[in-house]
This record gives sequence, C-alpha cells and structure tokens, in this order.
Amino acid sequence: MRTAQLRIRTPEGIVFSLPLAGPVARFLAFQIDLACIWGIGALISTVFGWMGFLSLDIAGAFITVAYFAVSIGYGMLSEWFWRGQTLGKRVLGLRVLDEQGLRLTFSQIVVRNLLRFVDALPAFYMIGGIAVLGSRRAQRLGDYAANTVVVRTTAMRRPDLDQVLAGKYNSLREHPVPAARLRQRVSPEEAGLAVRALLRRDLLDPQARVGLFRDVAAHFRALVEFPVEATEGIADEQYVRDVVDIVFRAGASPPA
Amino acid sequence: MILDLQRFIEAERPHWILLEAALKRLESDTGRRPELPELLKLHALYQRASADLARVATFSAEPEIRRYLESLVSRAYGEIHESRARPHRFAPWRFLAVTFPRAFRRHGRVFALAVLITAAGAAFGGAAVVLDVEAKGALMPFPELHESPLERVQREEHTLADRLRGSKSSFSAYLMTHNTRVAISCLALGMTWGIGTSLLLFYNGVTLGAVAFDYAQAGQARFLLGWLLPHGAAEIPAFLIAGQAGLVLASALIGWGDRTALKTRLRRVLPDVGALVGGVAALLVWAGLVEAFLSQYHEPVLPYSLKIGFGLIEAALLALFLARSGSRAA
Repeated sequence: MRTAQLRIRTPEGIVFSLPLAGPVARFLAFQIDLACIWGIGALISTVFGWMGFLSLDIAGAFITVAYFAVSIGYGMLSEWFWRGQTLGKRVLGLRVLDEQGLRLTFSQIVVRNLLRFVDALPAFYMIGGIAVLGSRRAQRLGDYAANTVVVRTTAMRRPDLDQVLAGKYNSLREHPVPAARLRQRVSPEEAGLAVRALLRRDLLDPQARVGLFRDVAAHFRALVEFPVEATEGIADEQYVRDVVDIVFRAGASPPA
Repeated sequence: MILDLQRFIEAERPHWILLEAALKRLESDTGRRPELPELLKLHALYQRASADLARVATFSAEPEIRRYLESLVSRAYGEIHESRARPHRFAPWRFLAVTFPRAFRRHGRVFALAVLITAAGAAFGGAAVVLDVEAKGALMPFPELHESPLERVQREEHTLADRLRGSKSSFSAYLMTHNTRVAISCLALGMTWGIGTSLLLFYNGVTLGAVAFDYAQAGQARFLLGWLLPHGAAEIPAFLIAGQAGLVLASALIGWGDRTALKTRLRRVLPDVGALVGGVAALLVWAGLVEAFLSQYHEPVLPYSLKIGFGLIEAALLALFLARSGSRAA
C-alpha cells in the first residue's frame, strides 16, 4: 500500500517529502496520551487528597481544576515544548508539523487541541477518524483548521551493505567497461529494489526467493551483457549481489 | 550514475550529526534566540544537507538515507524559513492586557453578530415563556428554575443558613470547568461553518431570555439582577466571545468576499482565535469564583443593591477593558 506523503519544495529548489501518519498510529499514540493524562490525574488526586485533612472542599476544588487543566493542557504544552510531540507521539515516532513545513506556532497548537471537542463527536473520535480517512493529508478537523499535519519521524539507519556484500568475490568487476555501463543504466529505483531484495532474502520462502532473484537477475542481464566467463556458473542471487556491489561501491578496487 | 553510497555517507555523516545537534539545541528551548554565528552555521549545514538530499534523491536509490535526510532537512527548513512573529517568552500579562483585547476589537463585527444571535434566542425564549407557561419545563436547564420565581425568592430569602457551606470551592471549580467546556464547544463548532456555534449561542439566548422574562413577569427582576449580574457580567460576555471565536473560524472557512485561499484565511485568523479563547478562559475563572462566593447569597445576607452595583461596575470595567486595553501599546 502506498503511504500518503507531505511534499514540500523549499525556496532553494529542494523537494522533500515526509510520510504522513495513518489513523491507527495516531489512535495508538492518543491512547498512550490518555493513559498519561489518567496517570497524572491519579497523581494529582493523591497529592491534593492529602489536603483533605485541612479542607475537603478546597482539596476537591483543586483536584477538579487541576485534572481539567491537565486534560486540556497536556497536549498543548507537550506539543509546544517538545516541538509537535506528546509522549504518545514520541513513542510511536510521530510529530505534528505545520502544513508548509514551518515551525508550529502556539495558536496552531491551541486550536488543533481545542478542536478535539468536535473531532471526538459523536463518540470515539468518529468525526476525526472519518476526516483523517477522507483527507488527502490525513488531517482531522483540528489539523485542518490549524494548518497542521502529523508525520512519521525517521531515525538514521545506515544500509548494511556489508551484510550482503562483505568478503564475496565479484567476477563482474574483472570487466570494468560493462561494469561502468551497468552503473549508468541502472536506475535508482532498480538499484534500491535489488538492495531491498538482498536485505530481506532470508524472510522469503525458498520458492519465492528463487523466483524473485531469477526475475531481477534477468532484468539486469538484459540491461548490460557481460562476457560469458564472468557470468558462467553464477546463481541468480549471486548475480544480483554482484550488480549491487558494482552499483553502490563504484570506488572499490577490483580484486587482485 | 549511482553514488558510492558508503563513501558518501562516511564523508557527509559528520555534517548531518552537527546539524542534528544544532537542531536539538534549538528545539530543546522554545524561547531561545540563537546568536548570528550560530544561525549562519545552521544555515550552512542546512544547505549542505539539502544538497546531499538532492544528490541522494537524484542518483541513489537508498530509501533509508533519503528518508533520514528528508526528515533532517524538513526540521531545519522549519527553523530557517519561519518568518511569522512569535513571542520568545510566555508573557501572560501582556497576553491578557494587549493580545486578547486587540483580537477582540479586530473582530468587533463578528462579536456583534454573536450578540445578535443570542438576543434573537433571548427574544424567542422570552416570547415562549410569556405565551406558553408549559414552555418553562422544556427551555430551562436547571430544576430550580422550573418552580415559580416567587416561591423560589421567598425560599431563598428565608433560608439564612449557608447552603453552600463547605462546598463553595468545589462548586466554583465545577462552574469554571463546566463553563469552559461549553465555551470550547462553542468555539470548536465553528468548524461546522458556524452552524453549531450559532445554534449554541441561540440556545444560550433562549435559556437566558426565558429565565429573564419569567422572573420579570413575576415581579422579581431585582432578585434576578442580584442573582445573575455579579457572575453574569463576566460569564455572558465570555460565552459571547467564545461564539465570536467560533464565528471567526467559520468566516475563514466560508470566506465570503475574500479571494485568498482557504488555508491562507485560516492561517490569518488562527492567532486571534487562540487569543480569544485564552481571554474566555480567564473570564470564566473569574465568573466561577464570583458565582460560588457571591451570587448564591441573597437578601438579607447580602443586599441586592450591593450585588447589582458590583455587577454593573464589573460590566463597565470589562467593556472599558475590551474597548481600550492595549490600544496604545507598541
């Protein structure tokens, strides 16, 4: 399934896109936030409950006001101080962002949180859920009014090419001319697909694995023809691994 | 052409880490104003990461690196290209004394519309009570309002014991939270193109009109004013301002006579909507305190003239505040 993206073009001409959070991740994050609000509420009740021996009336008033303030203010304050994140959003790797990619203003945070009252109608966030599913940018009404979106944040993960390439002899490297031609002809999408196929090869069942690498190898073989001595006796999976090695490690020296 | 990914990452990663650290510093303190050298460094790192993203997007297929760089560039982009004015420190006094009344005045006509809708509701409620005695039961929200005004006044004036003794603070807290919830609903329903907000304002007017006409008809206008004015002088305007905020939101959604894009219209009114809501919350806290500690006491405990006088002074001060406060501040 294709995930919805927020595409932004900067004045420098750079286009970047951020994956938008789906309703399930947002719902789970909200459940965590509800648990936090409940926990803080319980703590407040305990702390102010001790004031009961002085005055039950004042203790009750403090608890009512404090719980209300927490239930309204939790989302606002945490999104303000954590730049668009609540605890639930942090755990699920989500972040509220201005629709144009700019910094969130406090009024945006206030409005998107207050409009939960409408999104929650008539029960269980039905209006908000329908709005998220129907919106091109997965926005509930609060997001729509505040010009905000919820995106998934990404942590740095280096591709572990050594996992699939380390210590393997590559016969294709013996032929620098077709190897250079291969680097020219392989598109980024094709190269990415080959890397992902290699990284996930152990997750495939044996028949699917053979079939997948047969198709991918056939595609690369059709792109550039290597001399027979370079490809003879090489399995399809080995061929794809050699292609990835050439494509991604242009500067690596050929084997001695 | 495909990049030598390993070498590319090794060469660029230190700059990405520097950019990430700079962003973390900025993000950890929302009120911080970075020095010029720090900003220049941030800009240089942002441009380098942008260039890296352009290279990765064009020549490489590695989605993880691309996503990481997109996330990094988007965070830096938000910091560098944001040009909207924003306070660097939270200043509640300035917010209440300047930002709120200015936002109120900017949308004075919308406030007038909220008053008009409520007044229409009040006229309807009044007419309903005058024309049909049975209407009281359907229109008035609290059971104590269903009894005859005369009976209630006699009961209240003969009860010398403090019926809220030991529960004034809790009652006040309940009023504050309940009324704030209703006010927020009034604002939020602006998203129904103002229909929900208008209905809520009209309904509030109906209740108010029904009660007012019922008591006036029974010759108990003095009791009514003594009972409602002390807290109503803040509470009624607070609901009207919440309605104003909802209608401001609705007018941005509808955009009559405004050719700018919907998103632009919403973006323009957001700060004012936020300011109006903040002001409403402050007014409702005050109203809750007054209602619990003053409004519920009647003659002979508290003379009506004192309560009415207090309410009138409050209303006059609020009107003056909303009309003048912050008009000369820079």
